[in-house]
Amino acid sequence: MGEFKVHRVRFFNYVPSGIRCVAYNNQSNRLAVSRTDGTVEIYNLSANYFQEKFFPGHESRATEALCWAEGQRLFSAGLNGEIIEYDLQALNIKYAVDAFGGPIWSMTASPSGSQLLIGCEDGSVKLFQITPDKIQFERNFDRQKSRILSLSWHPSGTHIAAGSIDYISVFDVKSGSAIHKMNVDRRYMGVSKRKCIVWGVAFLSDGTIISVDSAGKVQFWDSVTGTLAKNHLIANADVLSIAVADQEDSFVVGTAEGTVFHFQLVSVTSNSNEKQWVRTKPFQHHTHDVRTVAHSPTALISGGTDTHLVIRPLMERVEVKNYDAALRKITFPHRCLVSCSKKRQLLLFQFAHHLELWRLGSTVATGRNGDTLPLSKNADHLLHLKTKGPENIICSCISPCGSWIAYSTASRFFLYRLNYEHDNISLKRVSKMPAFLRSALQILFSEDSTKLFVASNEGSLHIIQLLEGNFKHLHAFQRLSGTVEAMCLLAVSPDGNWLAASGTSAGVHVYNVKLLKLHCTVPAYNFPVTALAIAPNTNNLVIAHSDQQVFEYSIPDKQYTEWSRTVQKQGFHQLWLQRDTPITHISFHPKRPMHILLHDAYMFCIIDKSLPLPNDKTLLYNPLPPKNESDVVQRRTAHAFKISKIYKPLLFMDLLDEKTLVAVERPLDDIIAQLPPPIKKKKFGT
Amino acid sequence: MAALEEEFTLSTVFLGAGPDGLLGVEQSDKTDQFLVTDSGRTVIHYKVSDQKPLGSWSVKQGHIITCPAVCNFQTGEYIVVHDNKVLRIWNNENVNLDKVFKATLSAEVYRIHSIQGTEPLVQFKGGAVRGLEALLAEPQQKIETVTSDEEVIKWSKFFMAFKYPVLIFITEKHGNYFAYVQMFNSCTLSKYTLLLGQEEKSVIQSFAASMDRKFISLISLSSHGCIYETLIPTHPSDTEKNQKVVRSLLLKAVVSGNPRNGVALTVLDQDHVAVLGPPLPASKECLSIWNIKFQTLQTSKELPQGTSGQLWNYRENLFMLHGKFLTVIPYKCEVSSLAGALGKLKHSQDPGAHAMPHFVNWETSQGCGLGSQNSEQSRRNLRRRKIEVSLQPQMTASKRLLLAIKKDSEKHIEVELRKFLAMKQTPDFHTTTGDIVTGLLGRCKAEPSFYPRNCLMQLIQTHVLSYSLCPGLMEVALEKSDVQMLQLCLQHFPDIPESVTCACLRIFLSIGDDSLQEADINMESVFDYSDSVQDEKMEEQTEILQNGFNPGEDNCNNCDQELNEKPQDATEEITSCPVIPKRAALLNAVLHSAYSETFLLPHLKDIAAQHITLFLQYLYFLYLKCSENATMTLPGIHPPTLNQIMDWICLLLDANFTVVVMIPEAKRLLINLYKFVKSQICVYSELNKIEVSFRELQKLNQEKNNRGLYSIEVLELF
Repeated sequence: MGEFKVHRVRFFNYVPSGIRCVAYNNQSNRLAVSRTDGTVEIYNLSANYFQEKFFPGHESRATEALCWAEGQRLFSAGLNGEIIEYDLQALNIKYAVDAFGGPIWSMTASPSGSQLLIGCEDGSVKLFQITPDKIQFERNFDRQKSRILSLSWHPSGTHIAAGSIDYISVFDVKSGSAIHKMNVDRRYMGVSKRKCIVWGVAFLSDGTIISVDSAGKVQFWDSVTGTLAKNHLIANADVLSIAVADQEDSFVVGTAEGTVFHFQLVSVTSNSNEKQWVRTKPFQHHTHDVRTVAHSPTALISGGTDTHLVIRPLMERVEVKNYDAALRKITFPHRCLVSCSKKRQLLLFQFAHHLELWRLGSTVATGRNGDTLPLSKNADHLLHLKTKGPENIICSCISPCGSWIAYSTASRFFLYRLNYEHDNISLKRVSKMPAFLRSALQILFSEDSTKLFVASNEGSLHIIQLLEGNFKHLHAFQRLSGTVEAMCLLAVSPDGNWLAASGTSAGVHVYNVKLLKLHCTVPAYNFPVTALAIAPNTNNLVIAHSDQQVFEYSIPDKQYTEWSRTVQKQGFHQLWLQRDTPITHISFHPKRPMHILLHDAYMFCIIDKSLPLPNDKTLLYNPLPPKNESDVVQRRTAHAFKISKIYKPLLFMDLLDEKTLVAVERPLDDIIAQLPPPIKKKKFGT
Repeated sequence: MAALEEEFTLSTVFLGAGPDGLLGVEQSDKTDQFLVTDSGRTVIHYKVSDQKPLGSWSVKQGHIITCPAVCNFQTGEYIVVHDNKVLRIWNNENVNLDKVFKATLSAEVYRIHSIQGTEPLVQFKGGAVRGLEALLAEPQQKIETVTSDEEVIKWSKFFMAFKYPVLIFITEKHGNYFAYVQMFNSCTLSKYTLLLGQEEKSVIQSFAASMDRKFISLISLSSHGCIYETLIPTHPSDTEKNQKVVRSLLLKAVVSGNPRNGVALTVLDQDHVAVLGPPLPASKECLSIWNIKFQTLQTSKELPQGTSGQLWNYRENLFMLHGKFLTVIPYKCEVSSLAGALGKLKHSQDPGAHAMPHFVNWETSQGCGLGSQNSEQSRRNLRRRKIEVSLQPQMTASKRLLLAIKKDSEKHIEVELRKFLAMKQTPDFHTTTGDIVTGLLGRCKAEPSFYPRNCLMQLIQTHVLSYSLCPGLMEVALEKSDVQMLQLCLQHFPDIPESVTCACLRIFLSIGDDSLQEADINMESVFDYSDSVQDEKMEEQTEILQNGFNPGEDNCNNCDQELNEKPQDATEEITSCPVIPKRAALLNAVLHSAYSETFLLPHLKDIAAQHITLFLQYLYFLYLKCSENATMTLPGIHPPTLNQIMDWICLLLDANFTVVVMIPEAKRLLINLYKFVKSQICVYSELNKIEVSFRELQKLNQEKNNRGLYSIEVLELF
């Protein structure tokens, strides 16, 4: 299979931002996640937990609340006082409405989904009516004296509970007046704390209000009498979040100690009808604050400052005990943040607000498998390119020749020309970008760096001819009639004739760049595309899907290749299908047309199409290096999948030349080291 | 567990109670307030928590109240009947009963029933019932007679069943009992004949009723002291006149037969009943709470001044006339579970040691309320089994034995007992055994010289007895200071009350060494500790190393100096057992026994200080022996475990700390214990310190693995 020199890169100093809110949509089985930098991500839980969409963050737009309403419309609200609706098709922000109540701390949709309720800094609770294309302010509820940090509707929609500082209010929706004010005990283990912040409330249909607060308590209130019914002290630190199952038979809370507790409504004695809430299971999957939790019918979902999104299936609710029943921990985005210039051996790293350009080092030494070679030249940090404005970068790309860098934010598109003179680099921004190039979801340069392909969020694909220091707009493929979806993945053939583009759910479209027309559409598949690439010479399009299927489609023949059919007939190895991160990058070996190189976050694989496919009885992974020659030969010819798990978590891997690979790793420990310290807990003693 | 709380007298006012006691205690419309009607002319309104009367009303001289006053919950007014036919209604503001509303009725009133949520009912002596409103609209209306001639209403109760009021009343005619159930939703009156079963001649003393799903569970206490349950359907299957219902035995001999003042019972919850009456013919009257599910006596309280044989139960308060004063005893009943009924589970026993099940098998036992009540099927089985059992010869053996117990000599009883034990064990073996022991004990009480020790020992060793089956046994043994018997009881009874455990402990600690030497005590739990004294030198080293930590190294230890002053004592005290082996065996039996801390603590306070010290010394000695080996266990067949030892040390110190602190002899012991705790704390704080070091090491280790931010490596894929 071959020997490679691998540039093992760990200087990509990427730290995902902490998770602030999660919102689960039962209808579409999707999960919306907002991060502290304002990014909102949509995960498709039916499609192997794939992150299919994302909305870039914005410095001033710290989201504090996220909710689904009216079926599948997504709203967020934040400390800038605005309510935002997201366009899930075009992948941009539909509109932002100022609520005029100061920073918004909480938001919830009514049980019917037709109204939005927000809690503001100034103590006001505002009701908005959701109209088909916007939201409309309806009225204010009785103003409270301090900020409203949490809100919950009664399932009948007649009452709401609002958590504030030191008390919980119950409002009558019809009159908008507060009918109860329930004071929360400030004391914490007998000591009076300064303030008791009610971080979360949940209103159950039997009139019980569950509150979680900064004194570590989970309390049950009777909303009819306004009295405390039950108190669970569960943590020495804040309890930050609560989510109740739709059936109201279980709920989940998250604490600042990183623990998630599951509460269930359990019969007091067997076969008695009397039930009570019992703390059943603690889970410690987080090291830091669990800022938010959600309860899907089959799983507990939690996220927080430690940036992991944890999906913990409830074994008793999972019907089939397959691999879906396993714990999922999602840390890295399911898209590429790294691009590479093969010719100049450059790596471009994309951060939220800047780009970094690095030149890889080199060595003259050779060695055997596993050796670390002495460096003759170390890697150089060439460039640190800061964005202007508060918006996060959506996508970026460096051209294969290394002379162009392009990136885009939500409102601006930037193209730079790089000049190399010995060790000096000069950077020149290409000005006067055309007005239609405002925002791109994906940017790609052709192999010869003469063309730039841009997928804009209006759904069109632009082809731009790059000249020395200038550009020319060649063509725009307009959005195909009948599709509303934006394209977010692009692939171009090395000969520059074919362009493949894919949205999140519809099929892959292949365009003929020479003739500037749509060539064909690959049949749609149930699961979203996670990576695309077109092989040199054969022009076979390789498509990876979130269910870990890989297809090979011949563009000239407009059909799946023989190999792809064989693979589908025989099926992938069970362990291959059980991987829980998607393939994010596919590349090819220039001299070995039978090889496909692909990777996910935990493995790198070369598929040799000439070898037989593994079946479920054969060993998919070869953990140990072979001991003798015959063993080597035997393994080389054993099956098509050559897998290496040395590099992880792997954010990017590509072939620089025939004998050289570059692997960008991001060890979790390095991320943890950059997070604020967690709450210290004693392990021993009294 | 159910428990009776401290009693209090409701008022120091001498109640005009007649020979039959009070007429009644009824709830008022406010919680905590009750109407007490004496058998003369007075109605008093009490507030229980304040223990004082809020108001008092009397009828004119010459009149007499014939029916207890009740409160109309719908209006808050009070209703009373005097001279059988005159109805009076008044409220708190009225002072004089003669000036309040009056209605003269055409028939004699038996009782007025009033409960929350429905209008009061007036029941006439002929059994007919009228709503109060309807009656007041036309007071002179004709009242029919429901019961036949000479049928007298003995008892009645009015309650809500599934939102509808139900009245049940019991009549008696020539020793036959009839139950009438009047349903007010369907306006039906059903009559049932109570079949008394085998004990035809018994007189029913007291009734109580509760709702049990589709049945009214009528509990009755008969004159020979047994409690029976009768299930009466609330929805009669057929309208046939004069249906029959059978009663089944729930509990046997809870009170002695034919008491002077009568007995009473009341249902506390679905598992508990309270019984008022003398437990033995000669003894004083007692209020006891029985668990009918597990047939265990939960608690009891002696009432030395006698009662009127009346008992009322409202809102976790029991009311009775104690002496001449109305007394209130609050109680608590918790959901009964087997563990709750029997206390903390004993330490695991050797599996081979007891072939017989330790607990009574409730499913197969005869003549007792099953765990699965209400199951008609099992009830029928039960009756059938009863008949089968009576045919077996064993019945005769036990009967013969019971007869022998009454009069024969000890020798003869022993022979009969051997015959009885040789018989095949039947399902009711344990109840029979219980009867035999009770018989033996009864004779013991009567004849002070009679003490059939061998018989009792044999019976205990059958493993079927429990404390609640023969509550007097341990008392007798305690009285006679029979330590061997007590040890046996401690080993075999699963349900010894904490007070008795403590009494045993007191005897074990106080009894003289000489008398112990004579006793034949089971020594299997005691290892010959004297053996180990020989290799004293080696031990000393290990002893100081408590839990891997050496307290000697503790720099701030000023108590150490004190220890060093008398090193001679120290070695002596640590290495030799402070009690003789026989006493050790007895104490081990106590250590093994089951207990609940809350109930044990108050009794531990009663033990004399020097005995506490001795016991602590012994426990400390055991602890040191435990810590000698790695597994932290003691040698021997059935030794106390480390947990038991530590629990008892903590309990003793908790209960007697102020006392122990004052005793000079205990000082050294306390210092040792203190040092031990301190060393534990030190160990933990050291562990906490080590944790930090470990984390640093881990970090270093990580750094070593970390190959820097950039490297070029060779990868060969196979």
